[in-house]
Amino acid sequence: MNHALSFRNLTLGYDRHPAVYRLDGEIAAGSLTAIVGPNGAGKSTVLKGVTGTLRPLEGRIAFGGIARSEIAYLPQQSDIDRSFPIAVTDLVAMGLWREIGGFAGLRASHRARVADAISAVGLEGFEKRPIGSLSGGQIQRALFARLLLQDARLVLLDEPFTAIDARTVADLIGVVRRWHGEGRTVLAVLHDVDTVRAHFPRTLMLARELVAHGPTAQVLTAENQFRARQMCEACTGPPHTCGRSAA
Amino acid sequence: MMWELLVQPFADFGFMRRALMGGIAISVGATPAGVFLMLRRMSLTGDAMAHAILPGAAVGFLVAGLSLGAMTIGGLIAGMTVALLAGFVTRVTALREDASLAAFYLISLAVGVLIVSTRGSNVDLMHVLFGTVLALDDDALVLLCSIASLSVLTLAVLFRPLVLECADPQFLRSVSGLSAVTHFTFLALVVLNLVAGFHALGTLMAVGIMILPAAAARFWAIGIGALIAVAISVAMLASLGGLLLSYHFSLPSGPAIILVAGLGYALSLVFGPVGGLAGRAFPRRYLEA
Repeated sequence: MNHALSFRNLTLGYDRHPAVYRLDGEIAAGSLTAIVGPNGAGKSTVLKGVTGTLRPLEGRIAFGGIARSEIAYLPQQSDIDRSFPIAVTDLVAMGLWREIGGFAGLRASHRARVADAISAVGLEGFEKRPIGSLSGGQIQRALFARLLLQDARLVLLDEPFTAIDARTVADLIGVVRRWHGEGRTVLAVLHDVDTVRAHFPRTLMLARELVAHGPTAQVLTAENQFRARQMCEACTGPPHTCGRSAA
Repeated sequence: MMWELLVQPFADFGFMRRALMGGIAISVGATPAGVFLMLRRMSLTGDAMAHAILPGAAVGFLVAGLSLGAMTIGGLIAGMTVALLAGFVTRVTALREDASLAAFYLISLAVGVLIVSTRGSNVDLMHVLFGTVLALDDDALVLLCSIASLSVLTLAVLFRPLVLECADPQFLRSVSGLSAVTHFTFLALVVLNLVAGFHALGTLMAVGIMILPAAAARFWAIGIGALIAVAISVAMLASLGGLLLSYHFSLPSGPAIILVAGLGYALSLVFGPVGGLAGRAFPRRYLEA
């Protein structure tokens, strides 16, 4: 099986404090994988490691033939300055950056693709609206439209369905499944286990270190979830000094 | 009557025409940078940078007297040094950028005033602190116009990365290596325009023509292009109004220009259609779906 990503003894952290400890595993190319775990389990940290925002304290991440430029990353919403005066169209068009760069103009074909992406996420009629006037769900739709235009082989989503309504979640899950159908690799940090069970064939469960990884039904067991909670609650220091690892 | 009030001073006196030309050049060059400073919530950074150029200008003054070239180069070096040092300290320590910038600009300001006051006269100090827009010679005008042209061209080239750096810096970092280049080129532009402004308005007032029109524009326009257009117009009107005020009432010209810009801000704050106080008091009917 081809791997899009391989984690080898990967330790990631902030200011020398590990947040994810000695993670091993592979993410298959073309797979749709959820990363789950309690708060503080290191889920977002793994995505930051993959994007290169965080450098490993130890170990490495190997990319199976995927260049950095072929990765699309949707961080948590708070990173966007929604008071900045740009329109939805401009925000979405940023997804064409790799094609047009920082300086080239938008051609008619580019504009048509931007319109298609906006339409695909159900935001027709909002093209000229400033992003500051959008609701949480609408801004998330716009960001998904931008991801569509990035045309990436590896898509990383950090809590993409948090604080948005059920209809928007359903529409955006449709976009995620479309990516999966196109053979793209999708890795999403999620909290809602029902969504994971319903739509994500594979799951990686973290509690600052690996709890389980594999088919969702085998990973999302009551026992694993209980163990993950215990590991996170018990551990206030480096992961290897407490919980299961210390045993 | 109107001719004598508004046009006669410029028709009669070359120094008034040069001052107006200088004001227009600074308006075109500095104000767009001010709009981005405001949108990035860095308005006070502009103020700090304006103070930071003082020791460089002072060293230039020490070496070559009131020399345009020496004070310009000195100001540029000092401003960029403080910007880079503040950025470095922010990245390698726990200190936030506002605190590190404040620390460096205060040190800079103290060093600058010390140099000028120990080696120059009070007149020299006043020149550096408050500028001499009515004494702009041809060389100074060429410098201001060159900086304005360079600034507009650079902003045009940098526009898209700069917008993205402001709105979604994490996305820019994920798709491009231009983030740091964009940030520091923009800071260099700010310093460059502050140095231009300092020749006309002095180090203390230079940031006024950059920020006040931008803040005023926020009450009239929403899109970035419109914000820049309104801000440039306000800055030009402030230059014209300030010079006329200065001429007719024998007031110092730099503060007069900034005061008129301040008046423009106050009027915008009250009457501006985008979030102005009057609009809040008498809200318009909402749009039908």
